[in-house]
Order: sequence, then C-alpha cells, then structure tokens
Amino acid sequence: MNYPSWRTLELGAAITTPGNAAELKTGDWRTEFPVLDEEKCVKCGLCAIYCPEFCIHEDDTGYFRADLYYCKGCGICVHECPKDALTMQLEEK
Amino acid sequence: MAKRIGIENSLAVAEAVKLARAEVIAAYPITPQTHIVEELSQIVANGELEAEFIPVESEHSAMSAAIGASAAGARVYTATASQGLALMHEILFIASSLRLPIVMTVANRSLSGPISIWNDHSDVMAERDMGWIQVFGENGQEVFDLTIMAFRIAEDKRVLLPVAVNMDGFILTHMIESIEIEEQEKIDKFLPPYKPVLRLDPAHPISMGPVGVPEIYAEAKKQQEVALLESKAVIKEVFKEWAEQFGRAYNLIETNGPEQAEVVFITMGSLGETVMSALDLINVQGDKARQVRIRLWRPFPEEELLAALEGAKKVIVIDRAVSFGTSYGPVAGEIRSMLYKLKEQPEVYNFICGLGGRDVTRQEFKQMYELAEQGQYKDKYLIWGVREND
Ligand code: SF4
Ligand code: SF4
Repeated sequence: MNYPSWRTLELGAAITTPGNAAELKTGDWRTEFPVLDEEKCVKCGLCAIYCPEFCIHEDDTGYFRADLYYCKGCGICVHECPKDALTMQLEEK
Repeated sequence: MAKRIGIENSLAVAEAVKLARAEVIAAYPITPQTHIVEELSQIVANGELEAEFIPVESEHSAMSAAIGASAAGARVYTATASQGLALMHEILFIASSLRLPIVMTVANRSLSGPISIWNDHSDVMAERDMGWIQVFGENGQEVFDLTIMAFRIAEDKRVLLPVAVNMDGFILTHMIESIEIEEQEKIDKFLPPYKPVLRLDPAHPISMGPVGVPEIYAEAKKQQEVALLESKAVIKEVFKEWAEQFGRAYNLIETNGPEQAEVVFITMGSLGETVMSALDLINVQGDKARQVRIRLWRPFPEEELLAALEGAKKVIVIDRAVSFGTSYGPVAGEIRSMLYKLKEQPEVYNFICGLGGRDVTRQEFKQMYELAEQGQYKDKYLIWGVREND
C-alpha cells in the first residue's frame, strides 16, 4: 500500500473516498491462517458469522472459505466451529 | 458609519460575533464568560442573528457540538473559561487536528484549586499545545477587532485552524469601554461567507476523524504543525487588511518606550497597559525601560521577538501562570529558549504575578524593574507578592 506524504494527505487526514477501508489489507497482520477440513464441515456458516473481518464467504460448492486478503489470523472461526473442521496453520512468508 | 459607544467588553464581543454572522453558537455559561453567551443567546432569540444557539449541558459538549457544526460547514463560535476550557481539553485537540475553523473566546480565569473565579492565564497555559492559533487582546476594542479577524484567519484556505481569542476575565470582560462598532456592510465585505474545503455532506460522503495508523499519524501531525506555523503570514495579511479598512493597525507583537532602553518588559494580555503606564514612572530618570507586548502566542512570533529584543541587556518576563516543577513560567521558558539562539543573550528575570486575580500596580512593575537593575532574581523566577510571614 502506498501511503501519502504529509503534503498530499487529505486535510485533517479525512477519508474522501467512501468505503476505501475495503482496500486495507488486514491479511498483512496474520501469522496463521485457517485451513478447512471438508470432510468434517457441515456448511453451517457459523464461522462466517463470527469472523470479525466478515471475510468468510460461501463459495459455489457451499463451503465457507476465508478470503486471505482480509483474514487477520485471529482464530475465532476455529474456536467457534462446532465440528472442529477448522485448524490454524502457521504461514510461511 | 461605524458608531462609537460605551459598552461592556463582553457585549462588544457578542456584537462582533453577530457582525461576523456566526451560524452556530454552542456554549455553556461560566464566569467570567457568561455575559458574552447570555447576550448572544438573546441576540439569536430576538431574531437579530440567524443562527442556531445550542445550550449544551457542558463545555465538553460545547466543543463537541462546535466540531460537528463546523464539520458540516457552518461558521461556529463558542466561549469559555477556566474549568470549562479544562473540560474541553480532549476535544480542543480534535478541533485543530480536523482543521476546523472554530472561533472561541477564552475569558481567562484561574484554574481550581483553590476555587478562583478571578483572572490569570492558568487556563489557557494548560492548553497551549492544543494546536490552535492563540491571540491575546489587551482592551475591549482589540478583542472586538480580533474576534472578527479570527474568523477570517481561521477560515483562510491556507490556514483552516481554530482560533482562540484570549481576554482577561473581569479586567477586560466586565469593563465598560468606548468601542467603535463597525457597520455590518463593511464587515460583510471583510468577511465573506465561509466556504469549507471539506465538509460532511450526504451527497458527497467523506469520513472525518478516522483512525490514523502508525503509517499516517506522524504525517497528519506534520501537516497540522506546518499549517499552524504558516498561518503567521496569513495573520499578518489579515491584520494589514483590517488596518486598511478600519484604521486600527495590529502587529503580532507591539513595542513601546524608548528604543535605546536596555531593560525590556514582556507581557501578554491586559497587564501590558499597566506596564505602559509604569514606564512613565521608570523613565523619569532617563530612557531606562521599554516593553514588548505579545499579541500572537501561537504560532510563537520568534522572528519578531528576536528583532524587538535587539540591544536588550535585561528582559523582564511577566507570566500569569505557574508551570509547576520547572524553571520558569510558560512565557519566560519560551523566551529563554528562544534567546539561546543569540550570541549575546540578555539576562532573563521572570516574575509570575497577578495569580488568581491579585492586582498588579504600576508601582509594583517599578519594583520589578529595580530588582532587575540590581541583578536580583537573575535567570530565576519569583512568584510575585507572596507573603512569607503572617
Ligand atoms: S482467522 Fe479470524 S479473520 Fe481469519 S477467517 Fe478466521 S475468524 Fe476471520
Ligand atoms: S463453522 Fe465449521 S462447520 Fe460450520 S461452516 Fe464453518 S467450518 Fe464448516
């Protein structure tokens, strides 16, 4: 991400493009990411409800998957999954 | 034609705010600011000023409402003093960092405790790093003029910062003076309607006051600091234009007394006029002392002060607040650090006086001059007039 200089920063650090928080790559913060075991998953969607980044979405096959651009690796989805279908895995960067 | 009338200075400030066509006034009454906002609420209620008067439940809310209204694009005024200013503390910094051109009168009053409703500068000195432009008036006319100019300075696109106009509580707020009240038509020409650069508008949504992550915060602070420092040039321009249109000339600092005098008093606020009169006493025996009166406190007019102090051997800095646990009062500390830039530095004598509304007479200024002449309290400060014994 390119940050502005003090000269080009909007007046008072205002945000003049509404919704630009979508560009913020919270995925940068992560050290671990959730891995789904499709055998165990019952497609209940609880992980998506609990995810504080709202970054888990249902795909064409009905499974719920984390968008790793935003997943910050908090592990809440793993904690909440009633079927233990999710595990955190260390990310090698 | 402008009309010259005898009027209480507080009411003249209210008149200035009316002439400036403030659109939102959010205020909570506190002595000695009360007469200003009482008068304004009446002016609004009488339909003499088309404005929203928000009688908030505290000063914290007053400044918060002022910020909201200013962010929405209104011309906003408020006034406070002492504990009220202290209660605004966290919000004051938000006003300047959001670059909102709010104008506020501070009717300077001591901070508790013990409780004191009287005048000194402890209220504004506790807030001096708030990022606002800060000016001090010495008399009613000056405060009237500065109040109108404050809007013009604050709203200038090169500035966009809030301005605090300081006036000594009671000594100025409750004094009746002969003041020239300018015509609406001329003020309208001097101060056109406020056109915000950014504002909260549902048709063009923006966010003000978002999180500043570590990658942004420092840039935001630098932007704010540069704007404050560069406002000095705009303030000078506005002062000049005021002089051209209304015939009363103001500078960032004022000097008075014989140029060759080697002892220089430095004051801020109404005591400048007492020193002016004290100089007549001191200078009977020759050109002994002169004075510098600071009108612009932030941004600090260093260049102008250094020029004015040329040739000075002894500088007597009058402070109106204690900066606890350090070596000087707030003004003297600043002056001393500035003088360090000179090869030959004058001695600094710092008298902290007029605390909690204690009178300071011209005789006392003469005594301070004599102490400085004898070299007593050189490079030290003294809390003036304190009883050592019962
Ligand atoms: S680890 Fe946290 S952020 Fe990532 S998908 Fe799970 S709940 Fe969302
Ligand atoms: S909470 Fe567990 S079981 Fe439910 S959809 Fe998410 S991964 Fe599958």
